[in-house]
Amino acid sequence: MIELQDVTHDYGGGALFENVTASLDPGSFHFLTGPSGAGKSTFLKLCYGELRPSRGSVAVGGSDLRAMSRDELAAMRGTIGVVHQDCQFLDHLDVRANVGLPLHATARPVADRDIEDLLSWVGLNAQADALPPTLSGGERQRAALARAVITAPRLLLADEPTGNLDWDMSQRLLSLMIELNRMGTTILIATHDMNLIRTAKSQVSSRVLRIAGRRLQSAGADL
Amino acid sequence: MSAISDRVVPSSGHSGWLVWIGAASMSFLAVFALALAVSAARLADTWSAALAQSATIRISAPPAELEGQTEAVLEVLRTTPGIRDARVMTVEEQGQLLSVWLGPDLPLDALPLPRMIEVWETADGPDRQGLRLRLSAEAPGAIYDDHTQWRRPLISAATRLRGLSVLALLLIGGVTGVIIALAASAAMASNAQVIHVLRLVGARDRFIARAFVRRMTRRAALGAAIGTALGMLAVAGLPAFGPEATSGLGFQGLSWLAPLCVPVLIAGVALLAAAATALKVLRGVT
Repeated sequence: MIELQDVTHDYGGGALFENVTASLDPGSFHFLTGPSGAGKSTFLKLCYGELRPSRGSVAVGGSDLRAMSRDELAAMRGTIGVVHQDCQFLDHLDVRANVGLPLHATARPVADRDIEDLLSWVGLNAQADALPPTLSGGERQRAALARAVITAPRLLLADEPTGNLDWDMSQRLLSLMIELNRMGTTILIATHDMNLIRTAKSQVSSRVLRIAGRRLQSAGADL
Repeated sequence: MSAISDRVVPSSGHSGWLVWIGAASMSFLAVFALALAVSAARLADTWSAALAQSATIRISAPPAELEGQTEAVLEVLRTTPGIRDARVMTVEEQGQLLSVWLGPDLPLDALPLPRMIEVWETADGPDRQGLRLRLSAEAPGAIYDDHTQWRRPLISAATRLRGLSVLALLLIGGVTGVIIALAASAAMASNAQVIHVLRLVGARDRFIARAFVRRMTRRAALGAAIGTALGMLAVAGLPAFGPEATSGLGFQGLSWLAPLCVPVLIAGVALLAAAATALKVLRGVT
């Protein structure tokens, strides 16, 4: 599903990654971990084309992002779900409209019932008509996850999706992502929450990737 | 679906007012330029029709010969093909013509006025060169004036006036396009985060551009409709000069329909300018 080949990414002051090669199979469940500033968010941005690698190539679904036209890149993004660390909402639209935005933006049928069900699942029924700036951090993350999965994506990239959530809600959202994975969605979650990773590993077959020292390593049983 | 598509761009911002006021102002000016173009065309037609197929013969001769030469001229005209009718102007009629320049108390009896004959030609007209030769032979004091020297500069002036007004319309269209392009650019700059989010959720450039273009076009059309209406009211309120109001600036009859195309054209210019600007700006967004 995702192939990184000898990817190097410079941030002006030097390389954040060097010669990173990784492959995430379709239907797999991965965690991406590492210290703050190691480049977890950058790694995800490279995967959905917000950033271009300085060297090397990134392919999603077998298609090299460098070779994609703007429309092809947009079409690719329409098939994946992304939970951004800063959520990235349209602040002038209510939560319901924000959750349905990927469907509207990609001209796909919008079933209001699906949106309501999803909001109910993430516990945001009461906030459906609220504007994003009025939500708490946890509510924003739940709304962001609802928006990311509204399209039933083939790939879900989540950047610290449970960072502001209590343990119960974290478990609930993890269950949702595990359920999506069982339905075939490839999952990549960037997190530093080791408890979340351990809980997930007890429920689903998953791999952990760790970014450290400008390299990507596969973490073993030391978790 | 269309409701959300219309709302993905927030409605606030100074660019909205810029479009609205710019379109209204340009439309107001466009109505005047259009009125000038229509009036210039009408003046050219009026002057051309009034002066064409008519002529004047002026007879300047000693008093003893005046009557004889007048009769000779009338006889020549009666026997010349292409002359439909001819009539000797009365002294009072000549006095009315001269009173415009010399005042109403003109002592006509004391002035050696030439005799004037009004001539109406057929559609084909006479052989003017031949007619002049015959007149010079029969009545040496007669001068045939077919108004060409007046008609040509008048028509030329009216044609140039029409050309200038069309140029003004083109300039107005161009300035409108620039205003819309600047407003679209400003709107997109102030909504960079909105564009960023839309791209992240998979929106194509066309979807994002349409959201901005639709809003710009609607505002421009609304502003243009109001500007056009005000322009038409202003033109309608202009004082008519001339007894039949044929020489004044303004619309008459069906030409009042012409300014109704201004909002459509302004909206079209807005659509093209906004679309071109939006797509250009979006090319710089990942």
